Amino acid sequence: MERARAAPAPEKIRRASAWTDKKETMKPASFRYHAPKTLDEAVAVLAEVAPDDGRVLAGGQSLVPIMAFRLAKPTHLVDINGIKELAQIKVDGGKLRIGACVRHAAFYEPVCDGPLGRLLATVVRSIAHHPIRTRGTFCGSVAHADPASEWCAVVATLDGEMVAQSQRGERIIPAKDYFAGIMTTTLQEDELLTEVRLPMPAPDTRVGFQEFSRRAGDFALSMAVTIYRLEGGKIADPRVGIGGAEPRARRIAEAEAALRGKQPGADVFNAAGEAAAAAIDPLEDIHTGAEYRRDLVRAMTRRALDSAA
Amino acid sequence: MSDKVDITLDINGAAHAISVEPRKTLVDAIRDDCGQTGTHIGCEHGVCGTCTIILDGEAIRSCLMFAVQADGRKIRTVEGLADGETLHPLQQAFIDHHGLQCGFCTPGFLMLAANALEHNPDIGDGELLDVLASNLCRCTGYQNIIKAVRAARDTMRGAKV
Repeated sequence: MERARAAPAPEKIRRASAWTDKKETMKPASFRYHAPKTLDEAVAVLAEVAPDDGRVLAGGQSLVPIMAFRLAKPTHLVDINGIKELAQIKVDGGKLRIGACVRHAAFYEPVCDGPLGRLLATVVRSIAHHPIRTRGTFCGSVAHADPASEWCAVVATLDGEMVAQSQRGERIIPAKDYFAGIMTTTLQEDELLTEVRLPMPAPDTRVGFQEFSRRAGDFALSMAVTIYRLEGGKIADPRVGIGGAEPRARRIAEAEAALRGKQPGADVFNAAGEAAAAAIDPLEDIHTGAEYRRDLVRAMTRRALDSAA
Repeated sequence: MSDKVDITLDINGAAHAISVEPRKTLVDAIRDDCGQTGTHIGCEHGVCGTCTIILDGEAIRSCLMFAVQADGRKIRTVEGLADGETLHPLQQAFIDHHGLQCGFCTPGFLMLAANALEHNPDIGDGELLDVLASNLCRCTGYQNIIKAVRAARDTMRGAKV
């Protein structure tokens, strides 16, 4: 009876469905939101909330899904997207300096002349999908340290440096001391990864990248980054980095040794692939056994070397 | 912990003053608080792309962002595509080429494609495929979506000359 007479409140008409009025349901757990405008402010807030499970929010393309599943329930989020100085990318002292808020999409076109810009522009096409690349950040991937992260493989291969800022000061962490395991780094909880620095290889350096995933945009099952120069027709300064196959991305010394001083060609590239496959301690899961992963590493290494230009 | 924050979402040029918990995703706020239900929610963890919107000129997944982060920023959703009674060339092309069946993924595909064509009206077939691979559709098998977007690209390019 009442229903027939009472006109619905305009507020109710605007709403999409009745269930939204009953109870607000949301996937992530509650948290306090902080949006600092300066680096000093961000580091201060992080120092305060980190012991209480406070986390940094950059692009959110890994953290937000994890929160939606409630695998992570941070009590505080420190959103660094409003800090302008962190959105910069620049070449300085022979290094490419990538700020914490630089998005994947920034690398579609080479960000610098020479082989590094080319390598990054190739690699970015394998990272998830376009609408993820417009939000996700380079440094966020490196801080998250998923074993299948393309940027982590690049950083490990090039021996990049991570710049960690906290109220205790600034710390520079070389790649070999940074990646500790699956989604684990040596970054401390009160430290903000403000920048990643990549050394610029010589202009005549050849760079290659290959990865295998079952569908475009899926997490890679294996990937290889290969870098070398030629001196008198022989391979010099070879670097072979493998990602997606072990708990953390790393250079494979055995594969590099198989290349050093040799003339590039199918036999030598095959030998490097064999060496990489033998050297790794492969991750295993129900879909991907150890031998399959070794086989993929062998193939990705060979193909990356083949494609290096 | 559930303290609400007052924000204003600018959706298709209209200001929506709302009050949300920080944990509310942008897509939830767009639908439940602003009543703009054209944007659909699918997987809610960034895989399916049905919640794709355009934020400050970039296609993003609105389930992977919190509403508080979009305060004051320009949001475009499928409701803003048509010009009055005239459909956007993409919408017309989806009809003409049977680019939808159940229609659940359509708002996401339309915003994804609209953004790609705005960034590059001359986008090549290869790059278009890379962009359209972002979203999931369970009905069409994708071929008609690809056809529709190519047709809209050609129509829009023709209209400009």
